[in-house]
Amino acid sequence: MEMLVTALICLPFLWAILPAVIHNSKCRAFFVYLGCGIVIALSVFTAVKWYLAGGQATDFDLPYREAFDHVILVGDIFLMCLITYLSFKYKKGVISLLAIVQTVLVAALELFGPKVQESAALHFDWLTFVMILIIGVVGSLIGIYAVGYMHGYHIHHHKELTDRRSFFLAMIFVFFGAMFGLVFSQSLIWLYFFWEITSVTSFLLIGYTRTEEAINNSFKALWMNLLGGCGIAAAIAVGVLLYQNVNLYDMIKIAILSKYMGIPNTLCLLPIACLAFAALTKSAQFPFSGWLLGAMVAPTPSSALLHSATMVKAGVYLLIRISVAMADNYVGNMVALVGGFTFLAASCLAISVSDGKKVLAYSTISNLGLIVACTGCGYEETIWAAVFLVIFHAVSKSMLFQCVGAIENTTGSRDVEDMQGLISLFPKLAVVLMIGIAGMFLAPFGMLISKWAALKAFIDTTSVYVSTLMVLFICFGSATTMFYWTKWLSKILGASGKEKSRDLTKKNEYISMFFHAFMMVALILGFPWLSSHVLKPMSNEMFGTDVQVISYQNIIIMIVLLVGVFVIPAINYVLTKNTKAKQVITYMGGANCGDNFNFVSSTGDPKEMHISNFYMEDIMGEKKLFTPAIMVSTVIIIVYMIIVIGGAF
Amino acid sequence: MSTIHKSPWLLHYDGSSCNGCDIEVLACTTPVYDVERFGVINTGNPMHADIFLITGGINSQNEAVVKQIYEQMPQPKVVIAVGTCACTGGIFKECYNIKGGADTVIPVDIYVPGCAARPESIIDGVVKGIALFKEKAAALKASENAN
Amino acid sequence: MATERIIIAVLYVLLAPFVIGLLDGFDRKISARMQGRRGPSVLQPFFDLKKLFEKEFLTANKAQLFMIRSYLVFIVLSGVLFFGGFDILLVVFSLSTAAMFLILASTSTHSPYSAQGTHRELVQIMSCEPMELLVAVGFYLAIGTFNVNEIIKTSISPIAYLPGFFVGFVFILTIKFRKSPFDIATSHHAHQEVIKGVTSEMVGKEYGMVTLAEWYENAILLGIVGLFFLNSNPVSIVCAIIAILVVWFLEILIDNTSARVKWQLMLKLAWGVTIVAAGMNLLLLEIIRG
Repeated sequence: MEMLVTALICLPFLWAILPAVIHNSKCRAFFVYLGCGIVIALSVFTAVKWYLAGGQATDFDLPYREAFDHVILVGDIFLMCLITYLSFKYKKGVISLLAIVQTVLVAALELFGPKVQESAALHFDWLTFVMILIIGVVGSLIGIYAVGYMHGYHIHHHKELTDRRSFFLAMIFVFFGAMFGLVFSQSLIWLYFFWEITSVTSFLLIGYTRTEEAINNSFKALWMNLLGGCGIAAAIAVGVLLYQNVNLYDMIKIAILSKYMGIPNTLCLLPIACLAFAALTKSAQFPFSGWLLGAMVAPTPSSALLHSATMVKAGVYLLIRISVAMADNYVGNMVALVGGFTFLAASCLAISVSDGKKVLAYSTISNLGLIVACTGCGYEETIWAAVFLVIFHAVSKSMLFQCVGAIENTTGSRDVEDMQGLISLFPKLAVVLMIGIAGMFLAPFGMLISKWAALKAFIDTTSVYVSTLMVLFICFGSATTMFYWTKWLSKILGASGKEKSRDLTKKNEYISMFFHAFMMVALILGFPWLSSHVLKPMSNEMFGTDVQVISYQNIIIMIVLLVGVFVIPAINYVLTKNTKAKQVITYMGGANCGDNFNFVSSTGDPKEMHISNFYMEDIMGEKKLFTPAIMVSTVIIIVYMIIVIGGAF
Repeated sequence: MSTIHKSPWLLHYDGSSCNGCDIEVLACTTPVYDVERFGVINTGNPMHADIFLITGGINSQNEAVVKQIYEQMPQPKVVIAVGTCACTGGIFKECYNIKGGADTVIPVDIYVPGCAARPESIIDGVVKGIALFKEKAAALKASENAN
Repeated sequence: MATERIIIAVLYVLLAPFVIGLLDGFDRKISARMQGRRGPSVLQPFFDLKKLFEKEFLTANKAQLFMIRSYLVFIVLSGVLFFGGFDILLVVFSLSTAAMFLILASTSTHSPYSAQGTHRELVQIMSCEPMELLVAVGFYLAIGTFNVNEIIKTSISPIAYLPGFFVGFVFILTIKFRKSPFDIATSHHAHQEVIKGVTSEMVGKEYGMVTLAEWYENAILLGIVGLFFLNSNPVSIVCAIIAILVVWFLEILIDNTSARVKWQLMLKLAWGVTIVAAGMNLLLLEIIRG
């Protein structure tokens, strides 16, 4: 197991060198495919092996632990130097301060601070199991997709940009390595290192095109994520100085124990609060959502990577990890409120935008908000819901981003308004898009099950006002979520008057997308199995109890609904296929020009009719809501941090 | 037993009327005349309508429109021309842009004369239309069964 | 007990259209009398429905038909879940899934009027959904379960704990029943900017199915109204029926005394009432529970 995990973490880092040095396009593509294939195989193999071994949580060390400790220290300092150099190069020197402060703090504590307890560096349990499968499978598929996409991106669409594909593909592998490291790490110092790598890599990926917008957005991402890094650095500092311990799991245990022992528990909560803060920045919750929205400027594979399998999932992973320590306390309340608020605010904002990628970005933020809210609650039900959401979200979001990217490459636009009648123009792309959208919100997919469990748990939350607010957030948030997804879906399924054109999507892009679609369907069908064989042991491991989150009866109903969503339309389709019907044109006050797409204008000439969705800009617009949302969430975070920090001393 | 005649939904189209007849048509739906007691609903949509009620003559602008709306009505359907203009073109008949009555573009079943047609006579026309509607429905069914 | 639940669910499937259709007929009669007219026969809704199924079938997009059938089936499925005594939260989710099929059916035609109606319909769904979910939450808070068959076994009618939820729910019923002032997505009056809104392009049997689906849905909604009043005492069934009739009459009254509003106002009103009435009630219940 040690060897496998070591390989899983180190191999992507080393493999990243290959695409970086090979500049022959074909040859590089081959090595990227091979690398992705190896990562998939390795992650699945590791996971399956662990599963078959009985699925017991294990602690272990990498071989040559000492060497790795040194590498990490040097790596920290290297990252700091890199950030400092780049921020001065682009005249944003202030940002380097954030990096310097935290790195110096961590390095100093490590070198000169009190001796910390030695413990194993890595940990493998059910949550890790889920995460490595997501990172390995979904992430690698994005890697495969990236090869074809980036080819089209540079050769057909953006000839003006410098071709830095080697760098791009290399960064993707670095990302995998960092994510694997992150989910295995037990020591906060290790976690911090991998955390910083993801921050820096995402910064580099966002700035890929080197346009002014890209550079600005990448620095935005950098400072927000560095701020989160400060949170972890602070947690390390607290851990070293107070407990002489930097083990994440020990900190969680201390926080839980303190609750029962009657020790002034805010002191024990302090590191948890710092970690939660860090995780909120990384999972792009309000007020830190700006960076994820800015990340859209990057080529699609990197958005897909940041939104689905990696980066934001790092934040969510950490929150799920510490959620046990957040049940019914101030930190949990903070996280729940920020998450719930983000769920609502981001889904409102998603209504008002028509850029496909932006809708996806807001929906990611919103969906993460729900996950974050679930973790903040910290009950068995909510963790169950959160993990489900993480899985479904990773698969469907990755698929959606790839699909929108492919649509943009093919039709030249990623605007939702331009996707009118996609089903008749590019049926394959449309079906993928529809499965993705259905996976995001439709009953009985992940969202519904999770919402059910989350609502139930929030009602039972002890804090009165948190419970009330959370219930309201979820109820209103699901209404707005339904709105923006349905209107998108209705665009795709509409009629189109355009001529069919050639589908420019590459074969490997399709392979990746279809594989995602297949996984999505498999996940839905395998949901009861997943619940009893993965999520149940996970909750058992985290809470020591073995509750049936969702009753047998409700599982049956959900399966009925599930079958319903597929089977009812299918049966009806077959039954009505041969219905005799006279074809007529739609009603336009009698003024159609013989088809459904043009009407007779006042000059007597045919004029094309455009049907546009509602965007409600005067109610839900970005101008109207974005700043207030940031203010509200900032206030929540500041107030709770003051309570926690003030209570600690 | 067929009850199809108990639910005649009506589509009102104003050709190039002076609005005199239109006001009388709307008067039929008011409490005084209450045409809804026959189950008549004044719908705005040809797809849902059974009776096509036209006021005013046909001009070159609305010729295509009337044809299209007629096409969009599902069978069985009845066309009623209300007012002298819709019946024959009326005093506008000789105008350069007027084609004549509604029957110049679509087959008209019932003619309701008058300038403007009185609500009583409109209701009378509608009731006759309803009877015809029942006949047409029966005929349609018979022809379907024959096939 | 299980057989009882099955019988009720089967009765729902068989009888709901007749009961709601009849209520609809009386609705039109009462409305007419309120306006000083005689009005149509109380059986008029059935005549209309029968006619719709007998008319020739025209279509602008053949895909519409199967989506409308799916809509109908899903609504009936939700009703079976509700009257069969299952989880009320899942009933709400299932209803919103059904609504999605209606939306997709109406936008598949590329018609300006149905597109207009569809988007207003979407706004309506968005206005109502929080309250529907909150009703389920309210029952859970008051009784401790989402299951309808357990809710009806309570000793005190839920209305005692949930007056605010009840007010909010009755408010959104006006939207759900497509009554004025909120009949913005489909209108039952002619000469309007929406024509027939979301049902504009649905011809003959398609429109018939949508009407039927709406009857089934109304049965669920009125059932939820009744659920507020039911308890383990059989007398409460009478109370529930009276409450349903009172609410139904209130909706007719509102329909006949108000003019249509814009969707912006509808959204604000619906959400405002939801937050104030249901939100306050929710907070109070949470406080009582501690």
